[in-house]
Amino acid sequence: MRKDGNFIRDLARRQVNAGADALDINCGPLSKDPVKDMVWLVETIQAEVSAVLCLDSTKRAVIEAGLDVCRGKAIINSSSADEDKLAGYLELAKTRNASLIALTMDRNGVPQNKEKRLELAAQILDSASRADFPLTELYLDPVLMPINVAQQQLYDILQVINDFRLLSAPAVQTVLGLSNISQGAKSRHIINRTFLVMAQALGLSAAILDPLDKELMQALVTGELILNKTIYCDSYIDAYLKSKR
Amino acid sequence: MAEELNFSMKWQQPICELQLGAGSQEGGSRSVVLRAGGETGLPFLFKEGSMPHKPLIAAEVTDAPEEDLPETLRQDLKGLLEDPVLWSKKMLEVGADLICLKLSGIHPDGRARSVDESLTLVKGLLSAVGCPLIILGCGHSQKDNEVLPAVSEAARGEKILFGDALQENYKTLTAACIADGHSVIAESPIDVNIAKQLNILISDLGMPLDRIAINPTIGALGYGLEYAYSIMERARNAALSGDKMLAMPFVCFVGQETWRTKESKVPQKDCPTWGDARQRGILWEVVTAMAMLQAGADILTLRHPESIRMVKSEIAELMKRGA
Repeated sequence: MRKDGNFIRDLARRQVNAGADALDINCGPLSKDPVKDMVWLVETIQAEVSAVLCLDSTKRAVIEAGLDVCRGKAIINSSSADEDKLAGYLELAKTRNASLIALTMDRNGVPQNKEKRLELAAQILDSASRADFPLTELYLDPVLMPINVAQQQLYDILQVINDFRLLSAPAVQTVLGLSNISQGAKSRHIINRTFLVMAQALGLSAAILDPLDKELMQALVTGELILNKTIYCDSYIDAYLKSKR
Repeated sequence: MAEELNFSMKWQQPICELQLGAGSQEGGSRSVVLRAGGETGLPFLFKEGSMPHKPLIAAEVTDAPEEDLPETLRQDLKGLLEDPVLWSKKMLEVGADLICLKLSGIHPDGRARSVDESLTLVKGLLSAVGCPLIILGCGHSQKDNEVLPAVSEAARGEKILFGDALQENYKTLTAACIADGHSVIAESPIDVNIAKQLNILISDLGMPLDRIAINPTIGALGYGLEYAYSIMERARNAALSGDKMLAMPFVCFVGQETWRTKESKVPQKDCPTWGDARQRGILWEVVTAMAMLQAGADILTLRHPESIRMVKSEIAELMKRGA
């Protein structure tokens, strides 16, 4: 497979200029040697931008390889709620001064209801507390399901975004992989956009999304205004982007 | 063990640091160079953040004092009102950190002074005092746009703080300040949305953010002080939370607001229960200034020498807590 550094650098630059605070790095399912590819991606991207890097892999070796070469702040994406796996990731994140995304799913799969998600969230927080892991560095991911697969779960997911915050003090942060929701659907942009602002209203702290989707970003920035998180002015969208640079 | 309640805030970003005046190495001629802003938390809450620079006091001096100046103030500034240079020197002796010269005299409906007269005055003042200057126009857009750029050019490199740029008239003054290395005051009518918008417009012209001061427009005690306070508080909270377009130092024109209130003007004989008119005027100015300090003011402009003394000593007292 050909590695096009220019393409990656250009994409990273454009995403940061579009307002991304962090970049999610994933080698994709086709990578033959994800450890090597992760190292190459981290080095290529950090030579171009200084954003936080979110190292996205299900394989621990790939995450560790990324952490080895990452010069700035990293986020580990992700651990499941399984106790043995999570304990290892909490330890890794703590020693490497990284943040950690923990999914509210375990070896039994993705929960089918709100209660199970909350139970797993509480378990994760308990493990984090026992590992003396700072809550400000932890993100819970309620695992967003596609609208054409699990439509009946979406409102539950929105509700747990709010409920997760009540489980700890300070409130634990939340994150979503946004585009999951429209996987396999036809009108992807509007589905992503609508869900994002609904989740934002319920207190979502972060989302993995396409910052080059201009309307999505504008909806997000406008949502911040409506939640009174930023101060209105006529050029508020430009001001937001400017303040990110 | 019980968990200790902790209400202290962790802020995201400091307020910009504005330099006032430049020494000879930097292309100016000031013997004193001052800095305003740079706070990393709310005013005087030293447990949450630092205030690297104490709030500054600029003495209000004008080339054309108002006709209806309160009698007590007129008495206390006797012999100074017609001589802005002598007036400035006196205020510096009293304890002012810098001078805020308002070129009221250029107003076409008033003394209608020319560009040349203003240039002579500013050059004279620059050579007579070593402190930094704030220079304000008269409020008549057309005349200000004629005089202020000329003054800016003549004082190139002195890092003067010029004012005021308004949403409907900011380009000429801002462009002059950018070209000549000065800073600019952005004025908004007690409106945080306009304050932010104007800062964006000014920065879009190419003005660095650390060369802008916000004039939020204030009211004196009893005349809308609490509105100004709320606006400043809201802007400062947003700034410390990461809004770069509001993270500028505040300049509050306290003297001009307080000395036009009824409470500063009415003589004791007309209102015996209000007490001594002189003391009342001074206190009105001091109390307004103190409230503005708590709201986040970085530069206060004051008129009465006694107010300057009192507020200066109170600032020193407040700053001790952070030492």
